[in-house]
Amino acid sequence: MSTVPAAPKKVNRAGLEILPYRGGKTTLCAGCGHNAITERLIEAFWELGVEPWSVVKLSGIGCSSKTPAYFLSQSHGFNAVHGRAPAVSTGTLLANHQLRCVTVSGDGDTASIGIGHFMHMLRRNVPLIYIIENNGVYGLTKGQFSATADLGAKLKTGTVNQLQPVDCCLAGIEMGATLVARSFSGDKRQLSAILKASIAHNGLSVIDVISPCVTFNDHAGSTKSYAYMKDHDEPLHELDFVPAFEEIDVEFDEGESRVVEMHDGSKLVLHKLERDYDPSNRIHALEVLHEATRRDEVLTGIIYLDRTRPSFTEALNLVDAPLATLAEEQVRPSREILEQINEEFR
Amino acid sequence: MQASPNVPPMSAAQYAHDERPQRVVNDFSIQVATVNGSGSQTANIVLMRSIFQMGVPVSGKNLFPSNIAGLPTWFTIRASCEGYIGRKKEIDFCVAMNPETAQEDVMKLEPGAAVVYDAPLRLNELRHDLHFYPVPFDQLVGPVCPEPKLRKLVRNMIYDGVVAHLLGIDLEETRKALYKQFGERKRKAAEMNWGAVVAGRDYAAAHLEKTDPFAIEPMDRTAGKLIIEGNTAAALGCLFAGVTVLTWYPITPSSSLAEALIHYLGRYRHDGETGKATYAVVQAEDELASIGMAVGAGWAGARSMTCTSGPGISLMSEFIGLAYYAEIPVVIIDVQRVGPSTGLPTRTMQGDILSNALVSHGDTMHPVLFPSSPEECFTMAQAAFDLAEQFQTPVFVNMDLDLGMNNWMSDALPYPETPLQRGKVLTAADLERLGGFARYKDVDGDGVPYRTLPGTRHPKAAYFTRGTGHNEFAVYSEREDDWIQNMDRLARKLETVRGRLPAPDTQLAGGAKIGLVSAGTSRYAMEESRDQLSREYGVDASWLRLKAFPFPVELAGFIDRHDRVYVIDQNRDAQLLLLMRMNMSAERIAKLRSVRYYGGLPLDARTVTDSIVSQEGL
Repeated sequence: MSTVPAAPKKVNRAGLEILPYRGGKTTLCAGCGHNAITERLIEAFWELGVEPWSVVKLSGIGCSSKTPAYFLSQSHGFNAVHGRAPAVSTGTLLANHQLRCVTVSGDGDTASIGIGHFMHMLRRNVPLIYIIENNGVYGLTKGQFSATADLGAKLKTGTVNQLQPVDCCLAGIEMGATLVARSFSGDKRQLSAILKASIAHNGLSVIDVISPCVTFNDHAGSTKSYAYMKDHDEPLHELDFVPAFEEIDVEFDEGESRVVEMHDGSKLVLHKLERDYDPSNRIHALEVLHEATRRDEVLTGIIYLDRTRPSFTEALNLVDAPLATLAEEQVRPSREILEQINEEFR
Repeated sequence: MQASPNVPPMSAAQYAHDERPQRVVNDFSIQVATVNGSGSQTANIVLMRSIFQMGVPVSGKNLFPSNIAGLPTWFTIRASCEGYIGRKKEIDFCVAMNPETAQEDVMKLEPGAAVVYDAPLRLNELRHDLHFYPVPFDQLVGPVCPEPKLRKLVRNMIYDGVVAHLLGIDLEETRKALYKQFGERKRKAAEMNWGAVVAGRDYAAAHLEKTDPFAIEPMDRTAGKLIIEGNTAAALGCLFAGVTVLTWYPITPSSSLAEALIHYLGRYRHDGETGKATYAVVQAEDELASIGMAVGAGWAGARSMTCTSGPGISLMSEFIGLAYYAEIPVVIIDVQRVGPSTGLPTRTMQGDILSNALVSHGDTMHPVLFPSSPEECFTMAQAAFDLAEQFQTPVFVNMDLDLGMNNWMSDALPYPETPLQRGKVLTAADLERLGGFARYKDVDGDGVPYRTLPGTRHPKAAYFTRGTGHNEFAVYSEREDDWIQNMDRLARKLETVRGRLPAPDTQLAGGAKIGLVSAGTSRYAMEESRDQLSREYGVDASWLRLKAFPFPVELAGFIDRHDRVYVIDQNRDAQLLLLMRMNMSAERIAKLRSVRYYGGLPLDARTVTDSIVSQEGL
């Protein structure tokens, strides 16, 4: 018998291997962009050492909404109804504002059936990570256009989209999200940094991830294909994320990079590319998005970041303990109070 | 028709042809016709409370339009020494303040009724068989209200003084009622309005000679009782149920429930030291979101609720089905009204009995509670939270506009004597002891599984919630056997619920051939109709008042005891009767008869009596 001890398995700062951060086996198509996003989520939560029990993952209906079953198997998950995960997520956080919430949706969920809920979630700045796995088509119903399909985009059948697309990032900035990003499922480094920044952010993060559908929208004429993204992806900056627990002195050349300190003390580093981009300037953020659309470019990176606006649950001024855990004596007024109320009606 | 041994006090209709009308004491109805937005609600409540404070049972019903200001509104006060507080069809004493409707209001009265009216309307020229009291309101209001802008509001208080004088209401009680209504903070307004009452009284004393027979005399039947709206009582029930999350979208007639609850939460549910809230309220973007948030909150362990009306239930139906299948506690209070869209949003109806019990797709069935009084609104709101958490399912509280928005005389609301029932929730310590759990397994044989809450600090706590097929371990499954097993367990769970619901109120009449079955606010018409049947026709009828669905086992026995059973519905399609027919034997179904009213007003006893008399061939 061999007495050689097994190599110690790699654990994160929560003392956990990566396994609990994984989920069930994906049932999506091989090559689906959504699977790559799932992988980035697993890595981000594991690398930052977030305890799985403190996370909830919610979704609506669609290919994207299946994915919460494929990551964080030790976190409570809820596959709700089409387009309305923002409402369920909001309610979940009302019951327990200490939870970290990841809400995964698609372009059908967000930009069509659930656009009302999406808008009001933005207004409220509900503190959660809202990922839009955006492929421009309905996959589960076999390839109809969604509301994020670009003008002139072509379906496999040859049908051309003649309607204005919904830009979820523009909506996010306009309506009150406090971290707004766009990324591409094929850009590991950028997406990873954005996800980590959103975990560190206190407020609503809206991440619109172009995630090609290999079955229904990866052909010539599609504007959400791998090939199209390869040609049209226009990163605003290169991103690095330095967690608060990594005691590394980050020193960057001021002319080359911007360092933004996040809510939990971690640092987001924006390395300048063609221009110096300040994500805290809201009007400018809207301008660059419109400008990119005019040039047929897909602008990616952290487009907007506001670290000052209170989140929805903060604004509600809730007691520190989750409402779900309050004891009877905290939530049922006394006999004397009922008698006082009765007297008012006599 | 048989004469009753107990001769009731005469009503206006009865003495119409009598030369010398007798006195009619504490048994008549007053209707005040005004324009909405004119502040008449305050004057009407003060008038009603004055009578109540004299110990006379009263009820107050506001018949109002879907409009902010300018359309006709009628407020009916019924004084009843017998304690009947349902709607009375006939108006005995009319206060005609609205020029738009005054002529029609007067033409509809039975002969012998009394009319107080604004003198310039000259209503006395319309008929010669009524008692007319002209009052020059515009002349009287000037001296008591120097501010012209306020005159429209203060003017209405004058009729309180006139009516108090004519009916013999103790003006001291009117004064108390008025100051109570305005409260300490509006003392100046109260003083001006009191001036108006006195001016009305003085005018009536000096210029009006009483010729009508109606009078209020002191009784002792209201001691300790409250005057309260059902929506307020239901809101208080939620407060004392320890509600932690309210998500809602404004809709008549449920908005005042949410607003009352918000008021009381603000008063009583802030941490004494930090001032922080032990509740969250969100006015959502629509009913889809309000139920979605309530379901999310219920899933994560809050005592969560929403309140709405029929159109809202329609919008919520997909989520309610999801909550049924995913087994999530949530309380839905439905204050029913008439019609979809613009419908008759300010009129009452039992329009959602079927929808509450069955709403959503696939096989869905939900517990429904039917409160009939403010006290039951209070206790059943609490029961709803306990049931929802114990059985992990949506629970409906089926109210209606009449109950929710009208003023009811009620017993004092009783302090809850049982602790909150939070249901089968496993903690991290439980999981450590058990080594894990299966979310949808019927461990106890009652169909009710165990759940864990998000945030439970244990590696075995998590499960994946979905509406679609799942096996006992909450794992996705489209297997035939998994689906059937789950459906059968859900049916078993509902059977367990049946045994834990509020028991019906049964009143058996010895030897009665007919039985009556009702739910909700039909109660008041039933109480009075049974007396009418007995007094006027010598027919005794038993009565079973349902308090919850799934219906109790007692219902079958009640039907068996009687030859014919009349089911009273405040809707056209006999929804309560249809629901009873589900799972009922052909023999029992054959005994059922239907009494229906769907005109949008609160059900009155005479309508019920007439229908039964006609069907019985009496």
